[in-house]
Amino acid sequence: MEITIKIFRYNPEKDKRGHYEVYHVEGDENDRVLDILEYIKGNHDGTLSFRRSCAHGVCGSDAIRINGRNMLACKTLVRDVGEKITVEPVLGLKIVKDLIVDMEPFFDNYKHVLPYFINNSPLPEDGRERLQSPEDRARFDETTKCILCACCTTSCPSYWANGNYYGPASIVTAHRFIFDSRDEAAAERLQILSETDGIARCHTAYNCTEACPREIKITKVIGEVKMAMVTGKLD
Amino acid sequence: MTKNHQFDVVVVGAGGAGLMAGLYASKTAKTAVISKLYPTRSHTGAAQGGIGAALGNIEEDKPEWHTYDTVKGSDYLGDQDAIEFMCEEAINAVLELEHMGLPFDRTPDGKISQRPFGGHTNNVTGKPVRRAAHAADRTGHMILQTLYQQCLKNKVNFLDEFQVLDFIMVNGKTAGVVAVELSTGELHVIHAKAVIFATGGHGRIFEVTSNAYAYTGDGAAILLRHGIPLEDMEFFQFHPTGIYKLGILITEGVRGEGGVLINGKGERFMPKYAPSVKDLASRDVVSRAIYTEIKEGRGVNGKNFVYLDIRPETVNKFAAEDGRTNIDGSKYNLTAEQVLAKLPDIIDFCRVYLGVDPVTQMMPIQPTAHYTMGGIPTNKFGEVVIDDKNTPFPGLYAAGECACVSVHGGNRLGTNSLLDLVVFGKYAGLKAAEYANQAEFEKLPADSESATKAQLEALKNGSGRENVFKLSNELKKVMFADVGIYRNEKDMLSALEKVRELKARFKDVTVTDTGRIFNTELLNAWELGNMLDVAEVIAMSAANRKESRGGHSREDFPDRDDKNWLKHTLIWNKDGKLEIGYKPVTITKHQPKARVY
Ligand code: SF4
Ligand code: SF4
Ligand code: FES
Repeated sequence: MEITIKIFRYNPEKDKRGHYEVYHVEGDENDRVLDILEYIKGNHDGTLSFRRSCAHGVCGSDAIRINGRNMLACKTLVRDVGEKITVEPVLGLKIVKDLIVDMEPFFDNYKHVLPYFINNSPLPEDGRERLQSPEDRARFDETTKCILCACCTTSCPSYWANGNYYGPASIVTAHRFIFDSRDEAAAERLQILSETDGIARCHTAYNCTEACPREIKITKVIGEVKMAMVTGKLD
Repeated sequence: MTKNHQFDVVVVGAGGAGLMAGLYASKTAKTAVISKLYPTRSHTGAAQGGIGAALGNIEEDKPEWHTYDTVKGSDYLGDQDAIEFMCEEAINAVLELEHMGLPFDRTPDGKISQRPFGGHTNNVTGKPVRRAAHAADRTGHMILQTLYQQCLKNKVNFLDEFQVLDFIMVNGKTAGVVAVELSTGELHVIHAKAVIFATGGHGRIFEVTSNAYAYTGDGAAILLRHGIPLEDMEFFQFHPTGIYKLGILITEGVRGEGGVLINGKGERFMPKYAPSVKDLASRDVVSRAIYTEIKEGRGVNGKNFVYLDIRPETVNKFAAEDGRTNIDGSKYNLTAEQVLAKLPDIIDFCRVYLGVDPVTQMMPIQPTAHYTMGGIPTNKFGEVVIDDKNTPFPGLYAAGECACVSVHGGNRLGTNSLLDLVVFGKYAGLKAAEYANQAEFEKLPADSESATKAQLEALKNGSGRENVFKLSNELKKVMFADVGIYRNEKDMLSALEKVRELKARFKDVTVTDTGRIFNTELLNAWELGNMLDVAEVIAMSAANRKESRGGHSREDFPDRDDKNWLKHTLIWNKDGKLEIGYKPVTITKHQPKARVY
């Protein structure tokens, strides 16, 4: 089938502002949008720039806007979006070149929520693992899936309005530790999230949940963190 | 234009091995981790099924059994001293990951859960043993995230999205690396006493692969250009179960949970090839079995794929036939809910890419190029060794998939890749810091970056008669077809010739993007140069080894030949020409014998 793909282009070394270019390529309904971008880069225009690595939705490199919605180019097939495709960079982060945006602010927000395991108690005396029941392990399973692709944060109207908002991805990461029975810094993280640019900026708009390629129920996750803040309980 | 930095230790690559090395080196030495990707994008994150360690959490297991299984899996080409070391270290390595917060799945009594995997056996009964510690089917993802998080906690320095382009060597010692900062196009000279390469594999030279785009053999190619040899490059692992056509990995954990392979006639065929452990034989054995089924006309609808079946009714039927039981002796019974809970990512991949639901439908699969057993020669401390006497190169280290210790020999056992990068990443980091703390900086030559500049200029100023994308596709096709699962003299020599032709044509490519900022076209062209160099070494080593062993299966020499070939291949680049040498395999306890599963 013939695929018509309209791609946002911006070369900071030449262009004052971005524009769109349209390409017509032969493709298959099972092609990934990433395959089409690669094909165009290889055969039509080598300057087309985007990030990618794993090509199957596990590394988080290629969050882009496809027909107006945030998706991973490698996890979106032509059959999901049709043969007329518009591809643009995600919103809310500075465009560096074509589909590449500046990810630094996103990772800075991530670093804000103490995104690492904290447990200062002595290890079990036999040197073995800290025990955790399957139920306690299941409590935070969902948020361990996050690949830090930024699809959620860059679909969030509150983040667009205020880039200081830590954003849903950071809250997802915080949740992964707050609800891990082995971690000891839940209170500190909840404190951080109660700052002005923390969870209060979320107005439960659901965009993030719809955007997540890992199908994490982000709005629910945020609700759980909010509840923990209010009740001081972690169940 | 060029910027300068100085660190005691530089780690190149931020996958599991690089992060572990960075974590350990930075405890005592000023360290930087440089990576062409954001660390969390690294290919370690794609590893699924588990990390092997004889924790014995569910049933009896011992490091000695893990050692023997690894030696046997390697088809006796692995160095047994290094394998013993890795398998003994395995238990503490996995416990350390748990202490760092890694969310392993749990047994009912709260311990780290373990599942069966190909080639993991109880050495007394010969039956599969539960050795693979896992976090659902995203164990690699959890290792990558956990290690990155620990690096942040310990304030490790990162240079993200910097591509290392060259190694600087002065007076036969390590002096640093040259890198380009992708967001600005600026070159950076990074002066260092010790450099650790942890750049991963090169599966992208094959048409059907589970490997990320980033897997272009950068570290191996850079060092090859500097006269460092590459070891056992003919040994490449084809994983039996990649998604048909796409090559995306379907973990061996599927078979660990009871999944079986089914041919086009609806028959389970593995018992024919591996009567004892059947679908859980070593990867090379299973890949060859699939290939044979297809070649003999038993692919599905005459096509080149077979099915992997994890539907509970199929699993339970065969589990009953095999006499598989739960640990308490009760009947093994897999439910749809358990499939969903234990293999969520696999289910997701199949639904997204195939429109197939594995709970009710079979998955079409074919072998996919998966893992580089060979690589930069090292000893068990990650020190790069450059000759048949294992002489270390001062200040140079390698770990993870780019390195060849060799613990995987002719064929890697499932779950040993994650183990390899945690164990040897750690020791490379420790050793590099120890070295740096007693060594002086070598004086940098004034023109450290001139070779890199010339290389990039050449790519920008070629005649433009050739196209990177096209050359790269030609390379992938010929390597997959002619230096793939089954090999023979004629095909390999013609592949070698083809690779050399492509290398010549590569001089005529030109990069159309003349910009500095995120010039990914230039980067891709440079990566193709690495793939071509590495592919030439592979084709040459493969044509040279006149026997079948592990992942290297020759139609014209179908048997293993320990008399002539129980030795490692080394290949050096001497002024553009490749030279072959050998070094002995270290054998401690396990004398080679026939390999039956
Ligand atoms: S639910 Fe909250 S975080 Fe998610 S998109 Fe809406 S405002 Fe943003
Ligand atoms: S929560 Fe989902 S959308 Fe957000 S960064 Fe993680 S994986 Fe991406
Ligand atoms: S390329 Fe890795 S998520 Fe798309």
